[in-house]
Amino acid sequence: MTQKNRLASGGRIDHQRPLNFTYNGKALTGFHGDTVASALLANGVDIVGRSFKYSRPRGIMAAGAEEPNALLQLGATEATQTPNVRATQQDLFEGLVASSTNGWPSPENDAMGFVGKVGARFMPPGFYYKTFMFPQSMWGTYEKFIRKAAGFGRSSLESDVDVYDNINQHADVLIVGAGPAGLSAALAAAKSGARIILADEQSEMGGSLLDSPALIDGQPADEWAVSAIEELSSFDNVMLLSRSTVNGYHDHNFLTIHERCTDHVSDCAVNGQIRQRMHRVRAKWVVLATGSHERPLVFGNNDIPGVMLASAVSTYIRRYAVAPGNKLVLMTTNDNAYQAAFDWADAGHEVVAIVDTRANPSGACVEAAKSRGLKVIIGSAVIEAKGDKRVNGVLIAGIDEVGEKVTGSVEPYDCDILASSGGWSPAIHLSCHTGSRPVWSDEVIGFVPGETVQKQLSAGAINGSFSLESCLKEGTEQGLIAIRNAGFDIEDRSAPKTAPVNEDRAMALFHIPHTKSTSRGPKQFVDFQNDVTASAIELATREGFESIEHVKRYTAMGFGTDQGKTGNINGMAIAAKSLNKSIPETGTTIFRPNYTPVTFGAITGRNVGELFDPERYTAIHRWHVEQGALFEDVGQWKRPWYYPKAGESIQDTLNRECTATRESVGILDASTLGKIDIQGKDAREFLGRVYTNAWAKLAIGKCRYGLMCGEDGMVFDDGVTACLGENHFLMTTTTGGAARVLSWLEIYHQTEWPEMEVYFNSVTDHWSTATISGPNARKVLAKLTDDIELDAESFKFMDWHTGTVAGVPARVFRISFTGELSYEINVSANYGLAVWEKIMEAGSEFNITPYGTESMHVLRAEKGFIIVGQDTDGSVHPHDINHGWAVVDSKPFSFIGKRGMKRADCVRPNRKQLVGLKTKVPDAVIPEGAQAVNDFEQPVPMDMLGHVTSSYYSANLGRSIAMGMIKSGLSRIGETVYYPLADGRVIEAEICSPVFYDPKGERQRV
Amino acid sequence: MFYIYCPYCEEHREEEEFHASGEAHIPRPSDPDNCTDAEWGEYLFFRTNPRGLHHELWVHGIGCRKFFNITRDTVSYEIKETYKIGAKPQFTHAEEKV
Amino acid sequence: MFDVNKSMQTVQMNLIPNDVSVRAETPLHHVDLATIATQGAQDRNIKIQELALLDHLVLRGHADNAALTTGIQSVMGVSLPINLQSVEKEGQVIRWISPDEWLITTPHGTGFALEQQLRNAISTHCAVVNVSGGQTVITVEGAGTEEMLRKCTPYDIHISNMPVGKVVTSLFGKAQAVIRRTGEQQFEVVIRRSFSDYCWLWLQDSCREFGFTVKL
Repeated sequence: MTQKNRLASGGRIDHQRPLNFTYNGKALTGFHGDTVASALLANGVDIVGRSFKYSRPRGIMAAGAEEPNALLQLGATEATQTPNVRATQQDLFEGLVASSTNGWPSPENDAMGFVGKVGARFMPPGFYYKTFMFPQSMWGTYEKFIRKAAGFGRSSLESDVDVYDNINQHADVLIVGAGPAGLSAALAAAKSGARIILADEQSEMGGSLLDSPALIDGQPADEWAVSAIEELSSFDNVMLLSRSTVNGYHDHNFLTIHERCTDHVSDCAVNGQIRQRMHRVRAKWVVLATGSHERPLVFGNNDIPGVMLASAVSTYIRRYAVAPGNKLVLMTTNDNAYQAAFDWADAGHEVVAIVDTRANPSGACVEAAKSRGLKVIIGSAVIEAKGDKRVNGVLIAGIDEVGEKVTGSVEPYDCDILASSGGWSPAIHLSCHTGSRPVWSDEVIGFVPGETVQKQLSAGAINGSFSLESCLKEGTEQGLIAIRNAGFDIEDRSAPKTAPVNEDRAMALFHIPHTKSTSRGPKQFVDFQNDVTASAIELATREGFESIEHVKRYTAMGFGTDQGKTGNINGMAIAAKSLNKSIPETGTTIFRPNYTPVTFGAITGRNVGELFDPERYTAIHRWHVEQGALFEDVGQWKRPWYYPKAGESIQDTLNRECTATRESVGILDASTLGKIDIQGKDAREFLGRVYTNAWAKLAIGKCRYGLMCGEDGMVFDDGVTACLGENHFLMTTTTGGAARVLSWLEIYHQTEWPEMEVYFNSVTDHWSTATISGPNARKVLAKLTDDIELDAESFKFMDWHTGTVAGVPARVFRISFTGELSYEINVSANYGLAVWEKIMEAGSEFNITPYGTESMHVLRAEKGFIIVGQDTDGSVHPHDINHGWAVVDSKPFSFIGKRGMKRADCVRPNRKQLVGLKTKVPDAVIPEGAQAVNDFEQPVPMDMLGHVTSSYYSANLGRSIAMGMIKSGLSRIGETVYYPLADGRVIEAEICSPVFYDPKGERQRV
Repeated sequence: MFYIYCPYCEEHREEEEFHASGEAHIPRPSDPDNCTDAEWGEYLFFRTNPRGLHHELWVHGIGCRKFFNITRDTVSYEIKETYKIGAKPQFTHAEEKV
Repeated sequence: MFDVNKSMQTVQMNLIPNDVSVRAETPLHHVDLATIATQGAQDRNIKIQELALLDHLVLRGHADNAALTTGIQSVMGVSLPINLQSVEKEGQVIRWISPDEWLITTPHGTGFALEQQLRNAISTHCAVVNVSGGQTVITVEGAGTEEMLRKCTPYDIHISNMPVGKVVTSLFGKAQAVIRRTGEQQFEVVIRRSFSDYCWLWLQDSCREFGFTVKL
């Protein structure tokens, strides 16, 4: 296909550098400097998609971020598929592959198109709610069909091959937008030496200057922009980010910038390069110079391809050398849009008519049009466009002065392109993100930024200062203010000069009247992306939706990826009129982040794969990996779960590990347990306050189990604490609770008892802990140390000693979580693996067997030892789990949890209590979480007694063992309960003591 | 994303370094054992959740590990002040006693 | 059995083996820096080095306590740094962590003696904790280092905000680190042992667009 709409010369494209691309499988050519949109228009592609609800053909309407229709699917391979790419913002590159995303089987021949033709009465607002929600069971069926017909692209089925990045930036001043206001602000601020970021969403900075006919300081506007950017790039303190959209303005001047680093070059980034980057910016001051978006007018069939924004027509001609049609009709409420007709005429094409809705326009532009001999029809409007897949004519009629009624006769005109302009809406999106309510201005005919708590300034069109002269002036002023507010000295600077333009007042007109009522006339679209029409908004107000926020949600106006950039003001104006209110009375909806869609990749940045979340390893980790251990996640730690040998099932492994530990000796990497060093003369008293049991008499060299509760009396951590010195203790916590416990100690010390002399330090990472456990543990340790007396008298259960183990200074705790003779050998983690390997060597003659967390769970459950977080869940106090022995109410200080445990609910009878559970069928293992009932034949919902917290098969006992909560369980020992399961089975179990093995505790004391 | 002045580090830091720890100025009753259930329940569970100025306890967890207080506007999210434990806030609303 | 220090009422032990043949492994031993050091051109922009197996001591006490400051002065010959500052003398570095906390690093094998000296010199309420096994120090330097580190930490590390000698505890990826500027384009990062593999992977990934080389 030839580029039939391409002008022979001009524009900012390189006519000598053609680029090949495909659209819906068709090979097309564009030029270097094109966007996909300008290239498609150059090639005469009218239809780029089908509309969301009515499946009407849609064409390119705008030239920038506000484009609602041209959302394409990009990607040459499955892995590089990118949905929702706005053709107007995507630079063309060699080999680009694009396709339309809606329209099935193709946008030109669409199976759903009939819906659009048969009329709106079949799909009023709330249509989906009203129709498809009932019967609910059918929604799945409807949904598939609707989604297939209306989808906006798809994500890739393969992993993204590209690399994304996040980077943190700190700026003194962030300037958003590099149009006339943004560039002047940056020029004014640059010399201060402050850190300045200037970000612009387009591939070339300059904004409206790039297609402006004006002169600045005697230079053509686009040339002035280029030299301004050159000047700015010579400053080291100025960071220029093009193709970088400031997408969100968050609390305390935190903004996110989405930079597309390679999207303009290739389908996926070259090896090693970053495709997209999210800048997370903390700025001292922000200058919003975001410009404005032109508003289309709302009239009959205003969505036919070939209906465009007036400014977009100018941009395509002046910047891309594309004239998308031959015969232009321009409808406008203002002077500014006349430029489109001038550009059209300058491109050598026919201007059929300029239709000015104002009764008596008299600005310089109007005069210029007349002197050019262009036909200007005043006091009139295009009330309806004609055509099917492309505009082929319009109906023009006179309207009254306020634009509410058609007054004159209706005249048809031929044309193939219709440009409309209803004026300009300031791009206040970022200002809205901060929570600032925008304010309506009759002068501007739009909303402007309202009051803000942010350190935010704004300049140019965002304030409704639309003229180039005022943009340059405000930009300069606000740039100076920002830099001074940020604490920098800078000399005054005068604004760049341009000739003032005499513009007549624009007319506040949004919805063009028709000869028929809105509901009976042709469709008049407000929100193109969501197919919201003027009649739908009127209907919503008739149905009682008065708040604009409700109208928005009911009609889905402004819900699309374009966030209502073109449609919102028109929709609010129509709702206001329908409600007989003014626009400020009706109010506005608030734009939320993000300004334009952001890829998940850019949000995620480097936090993918192995960097998704930290994985914490012990010093012995490599050894576990080499032994083929499988790992369990405990918090962020990777703990060996079990060590399968070839051919073993998990149960085989557990049986082997547990039996070896009970019969000879096992070894566990216990390095992950939280360890907190506590020093100070009040350390002991502090322990007494945070633990439920007594610490006053724990002697140096001794260890004690402690139970920690919240103020509500509920168990929240446990562990063994050793007395290292009169003023020095080492507390251990659960693996997952370490950070929480340290924070708990600190908050009480810092906020409640700051007078106590005590310091807490985490030493979790410092110590490597190997626990050897089993009847042969002493023999293994004896081979490795000659300076620790190991006999039962010298080194008692719950003692700790120092000495040398395997040549390394060690602290050895004789404590046990298996109920066997156990030693926890602690060494500096730098020697952790060396010592571990020596222990394995020494233990080999005893078949020392490494065991993981799963066997640890079984072994401790055989002993009835609890695991906080498994056997407790934040709703049980020590008495509930039969740990009353660890609660010492006689301590002088009312320790944390004491009062909580005495609340009425905590002392009521019938609380759930932790008990052992012995199944009638010995090898039946009750699933953890199963609920106990007294009568399994009771109809559902049954009276539930409590759930199983821990349940395993115990090889040592040759039967299953379990613990669980049972209402009043401690007084029901010996009784039977039932566990009805989802699969229909019922497991019968006897309530018993949770201590299944060695009830007297003799084995750990040998 | 807040930008929070740590009164101990004496400079602004990113919110990611901090952790909110609930409402400030809720001292533990000095004699818990003699609190009624209602008093104890009030201490444990009831919070003001105001619209407007709110005093909050935060900790500079990934930083100096110190707890401190923030006076924050819950509508605008503006932080009016941060102050050390034991200090009094400068900003309070009319009926408030801190 | 125990060596109970009367003033501090605690047990002290030297955790470094007398037997030098016992293998010590730094927190980064999984990474195998020695092999990485042989790869890649030596002229890469960013140079990374682990200051392996230093002795690390945490000192707790109150900065306005004269007994503490004079104790430090007498033992280490420097004054205790205040807010976000560090001091360095003859291979020993003191980093401010918090109004009542400092991190001291000292050459391998010298930590125990220093710990004892500090305990004996400081008569007031304080704590000294050996954390040598729990962390390690990485230095990064060269062109692009500051930009690279902006991907690692949200802290404003620009030289105007973080001059040479300033030290902060902040995020490093999703882990935490003590970051100190040691030169115009030179920083030192203290990371925790259990997070060290993660931190290394993060660092390596952040260096991707600059290129890096490991110094041994």
